[in-house]
Amino acid sequence: MIRFNHVFKRYEGGYDALKNISFELNRGEMAFLTGHSGAGKSTLLRLIALIERPSRGEAVVNGQDLTKLPRRRLPHFRRDLGVVFQDYKLLYDRTVFDNVALPLAVTGTDPVEIGKRVRAALDKVGLLSKERVYPITLSGGEQQRVGIARAVVSKPSLLLADEPTGNLDAELSDEIMDLFLDFHHHGVTVLIATHDQRQIARLNKRVLKLAHGELEHDSHADTPRSTLL
Amino acid sequence: MKGWLKRHREALGEALARARRAPLATLLTAAVIGITLALPGGLFLGVDNVQRLAQGLETGGQVSLFLKQDVSDAEAGKLAEKIRRVGGVKNVSVITRAQALAEFKKHSGFGEALNLLDRNPLPAVLVVEPARLDPEALGRLSTELGRDPRVEIASLDLDWVRRLHAILEFARRAVAILAGLLGAAVLIIVGNTVRLAVLSRREEIEVTKLVGGTDAFIRRPFLYSGLLAGLFGGAAAFLFVGIALALLSGPAQELAALYGTRFQISGLAGLVFGLPLAGAALGWLGSRLAVGRHLRLIEPK
Ligand SMILES: Nc1ncnc2c1ncn2[C@@H]1O[C@H](COP(=O)(O)OP(=O)(O)OP(=O)(O)O)[C@@H](O)[C@H]1O
Ligand SMILES: [Mg+2]
Repeated sequence: MIRFNHVFKRYEGGYDALKNISFELNRGEMAFLTGHSGAGKSTLLRLIALIERPSRGEAVVNGQDLTKLPRRRLPHFRRDLGVVFQDYKLLYDRTVFDNVALPLAVTGTDPVEIGKRVRAALDKVGLLSKERVYPITLSGGEQQRVGIARAVVSKPSLLLADEPTGNLDAELSDEIMDLFLDFHHHGVTVLIATHDQRQIARLNKRVLKLAHGELEHDSHADTPRSTLL
Repeated sequence: MKGWLKRHREALGEALARARRAPLATLLTAAVIGITLALPGGLFLGVDNVQRLAQGLETGGQVSLFLKQDVSDAEAGKLAEKIRRVGGVKNVSVITRAQALAEFKKHSGFGEALNLLDRNPLPAVLVVEPARLDPEALGRLSTELGRDPRVEIASLDLDWVRRLHAILEFARRAVAILAGLLGAAVLIIVGNTVRLAVLSRREEIEVTKLVGGTDAFIRRPFLYSGLLAGLFGGAAAFLFVGIALALLSGPAQELAALYGTRFQISGLAGLVFGLPLAGAALGWLGSRLAVGRHLRLIEPK
């Protein structure tokens, strides 16, 4: 599903946010992306979602070569991708319902179908009762869950999440992570950037650890649990 | 096809909703576009009607045929009769030699001097009124009538007709140039309005791109906003022209009466569709020019 081969990312201004990253994530696999603040986690997710382009190296996502995909194909590429953003990226002049409906609206989905799927997604994140309110009236954790509902509403085959539990208490974090686990069990490829060592330990999935832009450790090969904690 | 219709209906609905959410801005934009379009629209209507008016004037250009000295009054009458049957001639009046002399005596003040002459030195004159005020046709008519052996000189009294036509042609072109300039102004007004709308929706555009919205999807409501602004502006322009006409109709009637004609404004029916249509087209084009470039610049970060 994701294949990175000696990928570099240099931001304008010359900062090397990612250096020589190589890894492969299979279809249906679930993994955590961890590392210190500024390690490059968000940058890596941005590359996968084609918000940024790699500076060097080979990157293939969902069969598409990220270095070559033309601009006009971007929308269709992104439709098969669900992204939960660190800063939520909700629209504050639209209701929760309309926010979650956006990925379906852009594909011209039938309104009845939109209604059904938006409510199903909101139900999953426990916000069905809030569909008519505006996100500004929600707590940080609730906004995060709206973002999650929006990411999964179009049933993407790849789900990226940047600190999805950053604003949640332990109980809610567990629920949200279990939700991602549930998508994983339904065949969705899931990659989650997080600092939350407790969740990493609890779910016992593959861990990619970044440090200063380099892939310091990939638990894929070894028996990770004890060494990572 | 059904999907296409649905997409456009949704975009139109979105554009209408945006217009409703900012009624004052919508109204002001429509007013500015209205004034901009009312000017060329009204002037065009004016020129068009003056032209119609000019064609309806009773006293137009005329051809004066000065007959030879030896042509008798009876002969002149016969010639007049013949010319009346020529195509494009409305009326021919005969001024006999005696009448001419009497006129001359009355107006010139040389009456006593003329009495000293033993014979009338003035020729008979046929005044030919054409059916239409067309300088070229008048010229041809004059040349043709001048060929008759009984005619000494055919004098074409055309100056003011020519002048009128020249003025109308000038006015018509000036209005066309003005219309071009003001049309460009509408493009700029709409373009700028839409540009600001795009910038104020930066976040929305970024997020829509992030969830897979195409440029076309994002652009569509902006295009309809531009189209609606132009449409409302065109309707406002028609309203302004209508008000102006109502205010001008009294004086116009008086002026027309002085020239012995009636003034009835026409062509309003064309403007009722023409102005909103022109506005809508300009609005669509203006937003199309502005929105494409700016959408490209807004990319998610
Ligand atoms: N647009 C940008 N231009 C220049 N430098 C950037 C840009 N975005 C990020 N960086 C830099 O790249 C490095 C990696 O940033 P990134 O956001 O990927 O870190 P992160 O691992 O997600 O950190 P955090 O855990 O704090 O979210 C940081 O040092 C950051 O300053
Ligand atoms: Mg980050």
